[in-house]
Amino acid sequence: MVSKKIRVLIAKPGLDGHDRGVITVAQGLRDAGMEVIYLGLRLTPEQIAEAAIQEDVDVIGLSCLSGGHLALFSKTIDSFRKKSHRKVIFIGGGIIPKKDIPALKASGIAETFGPGTPINKIASFIKAELEKGSDDNED
Amino acid sequence: MTEMEERKKEFRTTVDGIAVNRAYTPDDISENEIDASLPGEYPFTRNIMSTGYRTRLWTMRQYAGFATVEETNRRYKYLYQQGQTGFSVAFHLPTQMGYDSDHPLALPEVGRVGVAIDSLPDMEDLWAGIPLGEVSTSMTINATAPIILAMYIAAAEKQGAVQSQLMGTVQNDLLKEYVARNTYIFAPEPSMRLTTDICCYCAQNMPKWNSISISGYHMREAGATAIQEAAFTLANGIAYVQAMIDRGMEVDSFAPRFSFFFAAFNNLFEEVAKFRALRRVWAKIMKERFGAKNERSMMLKFHVQTGGCTLAEQQPLNNVVRVAIQALAAVLGSCQSLHTNSYDEALALPSEEAVQLALRTQQILAYESGVADTVDPMGGSYYLERLTNQIEAGIEKYIATIDKMGGALEAIKRGYIQREIRRSAYNHQRAVDAGEQVVVGVNKYTSDEPLDLELLEIDGSVTRKQSARLSKLKSGRDNERVRQILDKVRQVARSKENTMPVLIEAVKAYATVGEISDALRDVFGEYKEPSVL
Repeated sequence: MVSKKIRVLIAKPGLDGHDRGVITVAQGLRDAGMEVIYLGLRLTPEQIAEAAIQEDVDVIGLSCLSGGHLALFSKTIDSFRKKSHRKVIFIGGGIIPKKDIPALKASGIAETFGPGTPINKIASFIKAELEKGSDDNED
Repeated sequence: MTEMEERKKEFRTTVDGIAVNRAYTPDDISENEIDASLPGEYPFTRNIMSTGYRTRLWTMRQYAGFATVEETNRRYKYLYQQGQTGFSVAFHLPTQMGYDSDHPLALPEVGRVGVAIDSLPDMEDLWAGIPLGEVSTSMTINATAPIILAMYIAAAEKQGAVQSQLMGTVQNDLLKEYVARNTYIFAPEPSMRLTTDICCYCAQNMPKWNSISISGYHMREAGATAIQEAAFTLANGIAYVQAMIDRGMEVDSFAPRFSFFFAAFNNLFEEVAKFRALRRVWAKIMKERFGAKNERSMMLKFHVQTGGCTLAEQQPLNNVVRVAIQALAAVLGSCQSLHTNSYDEALALPSEEAVQLALRTQQILAYESGVADTVDPMGGSYYLERLTNQIEAGIEKYIATIDKMGGALEAIKRGYIQREIRRSAYNHQRAVDAGEQVVVGVNKYTSDEPLDLELLEIDGSVTRKQSARLSKLKSGRDNERVRQILDKVRQVARSKENTMPVLIEAVKAYATVGEISDALRDVFGEYKEPSVL
């Protein structure tokens, strides 16, 4: 079994500029052995989807603290799925009211990680999800 | 008898903070380190004024704004009725980023983190029933500060108030945007030009207006330590003062109206010491480096906001306690103005109930705790004086490093400030994840109680309302006049003239935030920060 590094793209769609969370998560996932591409701020959903396809990632992490997460995350997922059938895990973070989580999950976000989340929880989740995925895709 | 083991191997004020001794004595301050200055006496360590809060309490100034101008105007009146003594405007991201509410990038963001302001009529309606000639208003606006200030001036004029009467502040601090807050539009050089345009214009026309609020708050929120927050802010301050001098302005003509903005985090003593060290270091910089003669140029005046990132989503009522301690630190540190966060702010913008309690926190401090009744009450504490000196030394060390690089602008271009902040942020996260830094309710004393708060919600109708307002505005105005004035804006931007007069003209012609920003973009271009990760 080839142990390939998990590739993660982290980005902030929309105009929100709070990047402490994404930068800390990016660093933490790198320390956990993953390859992380931090795309930055002020990106459109289309730009993020395009980059994720180009970079051939396993995970796409989206962050929004301004309250625009419902529209921005779902647009990003839709934009990605329009152009790629690759199985990718979408995760989200930022300021996300609990009542919005079901809608986010319905649109394709596998899990949200809000304030107070320890980094290793995110890393463990990603690893577990990818294990599940590879079990489903029996080689 | 064996000595009792201490709770930790090492005690520090905060993660990456200053080591804390078991006890402090007079010996912790050496002879030559004693600062015997009185409040109101250079270098103003204890307070810039000798009377402190005995004559006038700090301004209670709650940062507020959301959805439409009508809703925000209602909140402003509520806050005033509840006893706040100054206004503080939160603008939504499109206004901060130079987009109108109907721009594709703006649509998901309209009214969410602040009030939607696209045009002068919006600004006029924001202040309906509030006499701008009599109140003090702080506006948190940076890249588009010249446009928004122009609108405020025009709105005040319409109410019958003249510029020279107006009291308040615009944040207008782009340097911290590049390293922490990220609402810049243009590159550093054109940003400095626009910032100093405002400062020069205010120095000449608005004697009661603070032309800039040089901010450490956002860098602290981004992860900086207390010393970094203080040092990087003063380094930015040095850059702004120098930029004004380079424009031919006498230091005493503008420095008295430079103001600052800091955070108040949880470590009470570290925060109070930080504020005192800041006053001392800035006074010395202004006198020794810049040769200021007017004492008012040497006085560090500042607003404080309690630390947003210290608030937890879990067990939100704990935040009431955190904010109380942080507000106490700000007051013991002799701030001029204070915003207290609401306990629900880790989750949403504050509800009315929550913001009322935040205001009551300040009022209880002011009227019931006694700390406002004497100036710098903690002065003389061995611990506090030692910490003040240590923080001063830490600030000076960083400033020397930044000086050697060529100043704050250069340090930012090299990514030095960003790397320092991010390293501190990461160390903090590791300490919290490891349980070394306890956050009550989050990594210790957790509970499964469900959150049951009524949170403020912004709905999609705001976007529709703003789009409708914009259509109405554009169909009702003289569009040829707007085209001409935007050409003039570009012309002035390309020259060395101050942009404020033409911007005031432009907003009066009902050019929008987006249109004027685009005209500036045509001249200055947009800045894409090189990734420092």
